[in-house]
Amino acid sequence: MTRRSVPATGAATAAALSTTGTADAAPGRCAAPPEPMPVRLEVNGRMRALSLDPRTTLLDALREHLGLTGTKKGCDHGQCGACTVIVGGRRINSCLTLAVMHDGDQVTTIEGLGAPDDLHPMQKAFVVHDGYQCGYCTPGQICSAVAMLDEIERGVPSHVTADLMQVAFSDDEVRERMSGNICRCAAYPNIVAAIRDVAGRGEKA
Amino acid sequence: MRPFSYHRPADPIEAARLAAAHPGARFIAGGTNLLDLMKVQVETPSHIIDINHLGLDRIEKADGGGLRIGALVRNTDLAADKRVREDYAVLSRALVAGASGQLRNKATTAGNLLQRTRCPYFYDTNRPCNKRKPGSGCAALGGYNRGLAIVGTSDHCIASHPSDMAVAMRLLDATVETLRSDGATRAIPIADFHKLPGKAPHVETALAPGEIVTAVTLPAPLGGRHIYRKVRDRASYAFALVSVAAVIRPDAQRFAFGGIAPRPWRVEAAESLDGADAIAASVTDGARTTEQNAFKLTLLRRTLGAVLADARPESRA
Repeated sequence: MTRRSVPATGAATAAALSTTGTADAAPGRCAAPPEPMPVRLEVNGRMRALSLDPRTTLLDALREHLGLTGTKKGCDHGQCGACTVIVGGRRINSCLTLAVMHDGDQVTTIEGLGAPDDLHPMQKAFVVHDGYQCGYCTPGQICSAVAMLDEIERGVPSHVTADLMQVAFSDDEVRERMSGNICRCAAYPNIVAAIRDVAGRGEKA
Repeated sequence: MRPFSYHRPADPIEAARLAAAHPGARFIAGGTNLLDLMKVQVETPSHIIDINHLGLDRIEKADGGGLRIGALVRNTDLAADKRVREDYAVLSRALVAGASGQLRNKATTAGNLLQRTRCPYFYDTNRPCNKRKPGSGCAALGGYNRGLAIVGTSDHCIASHPSDMAVAMRLLDATVETLRSDGATRAIPIADFHKLPGKAPHVETALAPGEIVTAVTLPAPLGGRHIYRKVRDRASYAFALVSVAAVIRPDAQRFAFGGIAPRPWRVEAAESLDGADAIAASVTDGARTTEQNAFKLTLLRRTLGAVLADARPESRA
């Protein structure tokens, strides 16, 4: 990792820091754009080196800088789930995190789960069960569903888990756990059917 | 989003020193609330201090039989921890009642305590808000305030605290451990951690500038029946209108409430009373409601009644 000094904090502090950008800007005044910062991301198994304004979200890094437009920008505020990707095995909203916070992390997007001629079981199940209409939320739904089944497998409880010590798959669990992925076309029954199908076949990511 | 300088300190003391050196700095952990606010320029930090690599992500046994939860333990991991599920079930229940699976994977223990209100006028930079811009006024008093607080408010602010987790922490008498840039540490009882708005609603916690939360400690388990009941406008992924956290034993009971106050709300004096009506009346004593949120008084009493019936099914007869 590149380490730059922080002029304002002195050499002793600066030695332990990685930083970039401008000095303090007065509130309300337009500051110069921050200096780009090197960021390395392992995206879908491939190490990518980027130089990014530190304000760049992980979502924008994927879409605008790596051309991976499968991950969608919906609300850009963590409310809709269209931007869901899997980082270090966990689903997160890529719109609510900075790319610089993920230097060195492993990121899986919809493009990394499967390809048109080699679909992931969850992608296949969404096709079979018609788990979409317009399709805009689908990449987020699928990434979320894959990581969600893993959470059930690991015993992570949910709001509808009756006994916190006994976590098991059910349609109610799916509906609760997928509540962070909104489908404006309301394909929910078919989304649940697709996920149930994958869980029932025992095929996991 | 306004430009900022990004820092990645190596340890907590460096983080505290950086924050103390830059008054416009913000720590970033999960970032799920801070980045949301930065996008709408309610938050405009000049420096972002990334504390995700400080090693504050462990859950350990604490002195006296309790549990010490690192500030950066993710909400998902805290809810799923076997010791928490077994001994502090109300905390697990409160955590999984909040946000979405994606957000809980990112959101941290300290960040959850420090999250800001979802009052619509705090978010709307075109409207007055004493919390966002001290002295500018409060648009919520005469505006859309259905979801806002009914107790602990002031003429300057009626914002409600949005956290579920913090309500359970208040119930369990958690302690917030902090570190300052001079190396001094503090243990702040959760009851003293969040401030009521009074004349300064922008001051939300007892933290000094630059002070960093390092852990939240729980005392030894209480035993008893643990319940967290949350009432909201939809079944999942919504903030509480009213929530009740309870630990009920044959010899003692305690309650804390969410959605009704500027901080997790607990009235210890009410815990020696019997029945939902008496307890609710004591808890909401001095309430100041609006036409839109007066329903919370009734909703709180009924939700508490449901919790008591759930905890003591034998008393239903």
